[in-house]
Amino acid sequence: MEFLGEVVAWFANPETWSGRNGIPIRLWEHVSLAAAALAVGTLIALPLGLLIGHTGRGAVAVVSIANIGRAIPSLGWFGIVFVPALNLGLGLGFWPSVIALVPLAIPPIVTNTYTGLREVDRDLVEAARGMGMHEWQILRQLEIPVALPVILAGIRTSAVQVVATATLAAVIAGGTLGQLILVGINIGDEVQVFGAAVLVALLAIVTELSFAAIQRAATSPGLRDRGSAAELSV
Amino acid sequence: MSDGEGPIRIGWIVDRLDLIGELLRDHVILTVLAVVIGLIISFGLALAIRGSPRLYGPIIGVSGTLYAIPSIALFSLLIPITGVSIVTAEIALVSYTLLILIRNIVEGLNGVPPEAIEAANGMGYTRTQRLLRVELPLALPVIVAGLRIATVTTVGLVTVTALIGLGGLGYLIVNLGILRGSSPFAATAIYTGVALAVALAVFADLSLLALQRALTPWARRRSA
Repeated sequence: MEFLGEVVAWFANPETWSGRNGIPIRLWEHVSLAAAALAVGTLIALPLGLLIGHTGRGAVAVVSIANIGRAIPSLGWFGIVFVPALNLGLGLGFWPSVIALVPLAIPPIVTNTYTGLREVDRDLVEAARGMGMHEWQILRQLEIPVALPVILAGIRTSAVQVVATATLAAVIAGGTLGQLILVGINIGDEVQVFGAAVLVALLAIVTELSFAAIQRAATSPGLRDRGSAAELSV
Repeated sequence: MSDGEGPIRIGWIVDRLDLIGELLRDHVILTVLAVVIGLIISFGLALAIRGSPRLYGPIIGVSGTLYAIPSIALFSLLIPITGVSIVTAEIALVSYTLLILIRNIVEGLNGVPPEAIEAANGMGYTRTQRLLRVELPLALPVIVAGLRIATVTTVGLVTVTALIGLGGLGYLIVNLGILRGSSPFAATAIYTGVALAVALAVFADLSLLALQRALTPWARRRSA
């Protein structure tokens, strides 16, 4: 109880909220890093998933991407990026951290986009083709709208993972709320460690809930009943 | 072996085989403990859900929330309570296995064909016998699929325990690697740690797959 009082005091202390190590700056670093990594990851993964899902070719690649993505530890990516960033004199911080996070963002989006498109009734696709729709039109007007909840579920999984893992960027000078945790561990300040960890956990949960809300809002009313089934496949 | 040039210094690795072996052993212990405890808890909860399906929502909700908490944050939240110890690491690691394992055990058991259950009932099996001899074996492929994901994920998460001063291969990546960035051996330490973690994950994954194939010969015959 005494400890929790100290945590509350830490949050109430104006110093906690000001300066280079203040919560606002570290939170901003955290969110901007995660947003950049998610954006880059989506730009790579979405076209790839759409291509593989639409053509039905390259399913092996999807499975491989998912397996490799899972086998390489997230902390490992920071190590892998750290060496060349230092040796080539590129410096540490924001961009190396983005590069380390992008590989985490890619697999869920590729897998879900592929799965979502493959789940579209093939008869519907054939019917669209029979009506003279171009491949691009089929993708835009049929496959993407039907698969959207599943695709968004993938982006949501990536977002939560990236926000969570951005905490580790502190080890390569990427700042973020993880910096408050690492500094706290180093100087033995358990109150700061705990307070910062609460913030990180809240941020991850807020991310999860926000993306869940987006997913729900973007689901066409005719598909809403299937939403829960789609989430199960994630 | 060339020990002067190139990013990987074989000599450094050879000189530290004992340490690397110890870290690998710690990593395996932390992983196995977490997965085994996670499996036991998940199994109990899955059976509870079968008893009263209303529990599914709340249990999945709680384990989903735990799953969403970043690993370093969960370790940190536990430090004031359980200190920097293996208990802290295990509570967090076990928490992360629950969502995947519970979901797959429940799905696996739900997927057992009703005919098989009828047949077992007709043969006069008790509920426990039916569970052990009919339902579990038939659900095994789905359960092992979850077990594989949980194990591979745990191998990766154990590396993070290095940040709170516990062992595992993360020690090579963080303490001997990133934190000694100016050392000529940092790259060697990092790549060794990552490579061993990946190798361990792949080995565990394939072993579980082999185990499942050995335990469910009928599934193999069907697919052949």
